[in-house]
Amino acid sequence: MPEDLHTEREFGFHTRAVHAGARPEPGTGARAVPIYQTSSYVFEDPESAAAYFNLQEYGNTYSRIMNPTVAALEERLANLEGGIGAVAFASGLAAQSSALFTMLAPGDHVVASAALYGGTVTQLKHLARKLSLGLTFIDPDAPANWRAALRDETRVLFAETIGNPGGNVLDIEAVAAVAGEAGVPLMVDNTFATPYLCRPIEWGADIVVHSATKFIGGHGTSIGGAVVDSGTFDWSNGKFAIVADPSPAYHGLAFHETFGSYGYLMKLRSETLRDLGGAMAPLNAFLFMQGLETLPLRMERHVANARAVAEWLLGRDDVAGVRHSGLAGSPYAGLAAKYLPKGAGAVFCFDLDGGREAGQAFIRAMRLFSHLANVGDAKSLIIHPASTTHRQLADDELAAAGIGPGTIRLSIGIEDPEDLIWDLEQGFAQVAALQDG
Amino acid sequence: MVEPAAYQDPAVVQRVLRRTKTVAIVGLSSNPLRASHFVGFYAMRHGYRVIPVNPREEAVLGQRSYPALTDIPEPVDLVDVFRAPAAVPAIAKDAVAIGAGALWLQFEVISPQGAALAAEAGLDVVMDRCFKIEHARYLGRMHVLGFNTGVVSARRKVR
Repeated sequence: MPEDLHTEREFGFHTRAVHAGARPEPGTGARAVPIYQTSSYVFEDPESAAAYFNLQEYGNTYSRIMNPTVAALEERLANLEGGIGAVAFASGLAAQSSALFTMLAPGDHVVASAALYGGTVTQLKHLARKLSLGLTFIDPDAPANWRAALRDETRVLFAETIGNPGGNVLDIEAVAAVAGEAGVPLMVDNTFATPYLCRPIEWGADIVVHSATKFIGGHGTSIGGAVVDSGTFDWSNGKFAIVADPSPAYHGLAFHETFGSYGYLMKLRSETLRDLGGAMAPLNAFLFMQGLETLPLRMERHVANARAVAEWLLGRDDVAGVRHSGLAGSPYAGLAAKYLPKGAGAVFCFDLDGGREAGQAFIRAMRLFSHLANVGDAKSLIIHPASTTHRQLADDELAAAGIGPGTIRLSIGIEDPEDLIWDLEQGFAQVAALQDG
Repeated sequence: MVEPAAYQDPAVVQRVLRRTKTVAIVGLSSNPLRASHFVGFYAMRHGYRVIPVNPREEAVLGQRSYPALTDIPEPVDLVDVFRAPAAVPAIAKDAVAIGAGALWLQFEVISPQGAALAAEAGLDVVMDRCFKIEHARYLGRMHVLGFNTGVVSARRKVR
């Protein structure tokens, strides 16, 4: 058998999380993925250089466009999501704006979930204004809402696997069917689920985007994002001239015709990443790969801890509601059982009795939960939206966003669950003291 | 109907990539923007002898073009096809007639009839796959652009 013949074995998720995309490199045999801290690459000869720039050969030219450390992360993530490839970006927001920029043209229309992350909503509004896009936000829970929002100009449907703060679980299969009938891609932000809990491509999603900053990195060290392509969407269906037509940047190269199912990713990298420049740093890619190696182990612990904390909160009289999609009483329990059988994530909200003051007192009491604006860290995190991320909003505006004055968002880490519950318990004691006093 | 997956066995793909020295590319275009040209250029860069088969071309990539496989005056290891599926059965017959070792049908060149014809004559057959991509996956550098090669191995890669 030749030395590096590919075996036919289908390796499991844990194995691929450790190995995919990262063979020991030939020069040194280094077992860890080297951090290729280089801006550029020496060409073998002028002919090779020309072949790389003409996209006739796979090769490294400049680290804004590709880098071996970043490529290893991209391949591993694509492998875990079941995509044909991925392109990494400097942040999750850079990833999704680049994914959209590659497929949209002025006058196109986007249908998006109203439950998207606030930063995403802001980005979509900004892009729509600057790029003359139509934009409709809908309640994502009913597939009929997606169908009703379609227009002739609609070019993409966009939602999250798990929304926030409501914990909306997307009916991916049903919404993918709506997208398929309309001849447009379904793009899913899978940040909160990670490919360990849910792989949207297996349910019909066409494009998956990530903030790698969260559970993929897992330790709150680095900002990054990625776009994964299923490779199954037909960009030559007449609606996507911007993807299918000859590109003036490459002497008339038609990406979809020449590269087939790889055309979108080639365009995303060779045009959008090259021109907009939101490249991931090699060191960050290394840290994200370290994160992916333990992703399955961490996610098992994250979801088990989150469930334990959610169930404990549910049993308290001073909690008005617990919005964890995996709880039996959740309106999303059925969808969570279907799409998230290993656990409905580790980020959820609960509502304290009492208003903004109670929320602030609760936060102030925390000893283990870190008060900050992030999710998906090994460390447990807490934030009170009404006094931080959403503090400019009046109570009625908060309500429209699904946030009450006493809403607390938790991102449950991998500590001992008893310790997390202890910390929350003393928060409740502080709120009670405030209310008694 | 036989699914394309029946002709996408990774072991067969790798065997063809390794055994092939001379590849006749049916439908090879001199237009540098066509997929066939990308594949021909890439194959030559990686040391394969490329023989264009295209009655509308005199020469492609500096290589003399022949109107048909049966006009080629030297042994051919692999016949790689960029033609409409309807043309494949006749091409498969020619591939068998000239003693080629393998028949490769590019993306969307799906012809169960042509594939079966070649397979029954003992040729290795690959269908609905790209020769360039599969070479890059197993022997080349597809991974540098973040594509999922599917290759998982702790063995040190050979240069």
